[in-house]
Amino acid sequence: MKDRNDIKTLMAWNEPGGDKKDSWSRGSGSDGPPDLDEIMRKMRDRFGGLFGGGKGGGFGRFGGIGVGIIIAVIIVLWLLSGFYVVAPEQRGVLLRFGAAIGTVQPGLGWRIPPPVDTIIRVDVKQIFREQYRSQMLTRDENIVAVDLAAQYKIFDPEEYLFFVQSPGDTLQYSMESALREVVGGSTMDYVLTEGRTDVAQKTQDLLQETLNRYKSGLKITKVNLQDAQPPEPVQGAFADAIKAREDEQRYMNEAEAYKAEKVKRAEGSAYDVRKQAEAYAIQVVRGAEGEASRFTQVLAEYKKAPKVTRDRLYLEAVENVLANNSKVIIDIKGGNNLLYLPLDKLITQAGAAIAAEAGSQGVTGSGQPTGATRSRDARSRGYR
Amino acid sequence: MSMRMTVSLVLVFAVLFVGSMSLFTVMQWETGIVVRIGKITRTDVKPGLHFLIPFVEKALTFDRRIMTQAMQDERFLTAEKKNVIVDAFIQWHIEDVKRFYTATRRGDFGIASVRLTEVVKDGLRGQFGKRTIQEVVSGERTEIMEQVTKRANKKAFEDLGITIVDVRIKRIDLPEDVSGSVYERMKSERARVAAEFRARGKASAKQIMADANLTHDTILADAQRDALTTRGKGDATASETYAKAYTEDREFFSFYRSLAAYNKTFATGNDILILEPDSEFFRFFANATGKQGAQ
Repeated sequence: MKDRNDIKTLMAWNEPGGDKKDSWSRGSGSDGPPDLDEIMRKMRDRFGGLFGGGKGGGFGRFGGIGVGIIIAVIIVLWLLSGFYVVAPEQRGVLLRFGAAIGTVQPGLGWRIPPPVDTIIRVDVKQIFREQYRSQMLTRDENIVAVDLAAQYKIFDPEEYLFFVQSPGDTLQYSMESALREVVGGSTMDYVLTEGRTDVAQKTQDLLQETLNRYKSGLKITKVNLQDAQPPEPVQGAFADAIKAREDEQRYMNEAEAYKAEKVKRAEGSAYDVRKQAEAYAIQVVRGAEGEASRFTQVLAEYKKAPKVTRDRLYLEAVENVLANNSKVIIDIKGGNNLLYLPLDKLITQAGAAIAAEAGSQGVTGSGQPTGATRSRDARSRGYR
Repeated sequence: MSMRMTVSLVLVFAVLFVGSMSLFTVMQWETGIVVRIGKITRTDVKPGLHFLIPFVEKALTFDRRIMTQAMQDERFLTAEKKNVIVDAFIQWHIEDVKRFYTATRRGDFGIASVRLTEVVKDGLRGQFGKRTIQEVVSGERTEIMEQVTKRANKKAFEDLGITIVDVRIKRIDLPEDVSGSVYERMKSERARVAAEFRARGKASAKQIMADANLTHDTILADAQRDALTTRGKGDATASETYAKAYTEDREFFSFYRSLAAYNKTFATGNDILILEPDSEFFRFFANATGKQGAQ
C-alpha cells in the first residue's frame, strides 16, 4: 500500500490551494488524473496473478523477481500519474521543482509526474465581481455617496500567480483608491449628473493601469457606476433643487401657453377688424355708385323736362315732410292777434300720436318707398 | 536472505531520506536563502531544485510577490490646520532577502509591516502638512502618493530590504463633526440653486407674457391702422364717385340734395312745423290761380 500513499501525498502536495491562506479560488481542483483509482484497479487485476503467485509461492524463492516487479509497477504507476487534463475554461501553469516552465492550453497532456512537475490550473474565463459603496469628497468639497461595481477576470495566469500575493485585496483597495481619486478630481454636479459614465470609465482606466503596474494578471472587463447620490441628510434639499428646475420650466411653459393664446386671439381680432373695414369700404363705394347712378338717371330725366320735374320733386319732398309731421299753419300777416302756442304740449301730443300709430305704421306707410330710405342713409354717410 | 533483504531495504530508505534532506525547492514566487548555523551562506536562491548539506544547512524561502499592507485610518493636519482622515495601503515586496532576513529577526513579516507603516505614515503626514484640503482631495493626490513612495522607498530598502511599489491613498475624508457642517453648506447651496431656478423661471415667464402682450397690442394696432386706411380709401372712392356724378349739374344737385336733406331731417315725425302759408308749397292754398296777389 505504500505506493498508494505516496501518490496521495504527491497529489496533496500538488494541490495549489493548500499553500495559501487567501480564500481565493486560485488554482482550482486537485491535480492528478481523476481516474487514477480506476487505473490502479485495472493494474491490480492484470498483475493480480503475479502478486498472488509471489505471495503464494513464498517470498524467498521469487523475492528478487518480486521486488523488481514491485519497483517496476511503482515506476509505471508513477509515470501514468503524469497525465493531466486542463478544462477548456482553464490554463495550466507548469512548474518544474517550483520553477515556472510554461503555460499549457486546455486538453489532455503528460508531464513528468510530481514531485518533479506540477500544474496549477487557473480559470481564465470566469468573471469575478467586486463592489464598493461609500461616501467620498469631491473636488468642490462636497460629499457624494457612490456605488461602484467592477467585473474582472484573470488575464495572464503566470502574472496572476507569480507577482501579487493577494490579487483580491489588491484589486479591492486599488478600486477604492482609483474611484476616490476620480471623484476627488470631479465636481459634485458632474458626478451626480452627466459625468456618471465618464467617472466609471476613468476609474476603469486608472484601476487597470494600477493593476498592470503590479503585474497582477487581472483584466477589468467592466466598471459600472451603479449609483451616485447626495448623502442622506441633504437629499431633501437636492430633490427640491431638482423640483425647482422643473418649476422653472413649468413657469416658462405656462407663459408660452399664455403667449400663444394671446397672440392667436389678437390675430383673430385683427382679421375681424380688417374685414369689417373692407366691408365698410365696399358698402360705401357701392352706395356711392348707386347714389351717383340714381342722380345721373334723375338728371337725365330732369334735363328732358326741367320745370315739371323740378316742381314735382319739390312738391313730393315737402309733401313727405309735412305728411309725417304735425304742423301748424298760421297766417300771421293776415291777423295781428297775439297767438299762444303751447309748444311743449304739442310735442308731447305728437309723440303720443306717433306711439299710437306705431302699430299700423307699416301698413299705412308714409307714401315713401323703402328704397328711398336706404339711399338716404347711404348718402348721409357719404357726406359724413 | 531475509536479513540481506532487510539490510538493503533499510539502506535504500536511508539513502532516500538523506537525499531528500539535501534537496529543497524554491517556488516560482519565492526567493530563498541558505543558513549555516545562523549565518547566511547563500542568498537570493532562484526558483527550482537546489542542494544543501543536510543537518548543517537550512533553507528558508520567502514570498517575493507584492504584498498588500493596509494602513489604519489616520488623522492628518493639512496646511490650513484642518483635520482629515486618511486611509492608505502599501504595495511592497522583498527586494534584498538577506537584508530582509536580518532586519526582521529572521524574516518576521509582522515586524516588517509595523516598520513599513511607520515610515509611510511619516511620509504622508509630511506631504499633507504642506497642502490644503483642496489640493490633497483633487489635484495632488497622485503627486503625494509618488512623493511618499519615493521617500519611503529609500528608507524601506536600507532598513528592511524592501521595495515599495506603491503607496496609494484610499480615503481622504473630513471628520464626523466637520461633515455635519459640510452637509449644512450643501443644503444651503441647494436652497440657493432652487431659489435661483424658480426666480429665473418667473422672470422668464414675465418676459414671455410681456412680449405676448406687446405682440397682441401690436397686431391689433396694425389691424386698426389697416382698417382705417381701408375705410378711408372707401370713403375717398365714394367721394370721387359722388363728385363725378354731381358736377354734371351743380344747380340741380343743390336742389336735389336739399330735398333729400329735408326728407331726412323731418323723417322722425316728431317735429312740429309752424308755417306761414306764403311759401311756394302753399301757392295754391289760398288762391286757385296761384297768384300771390291777395295783399
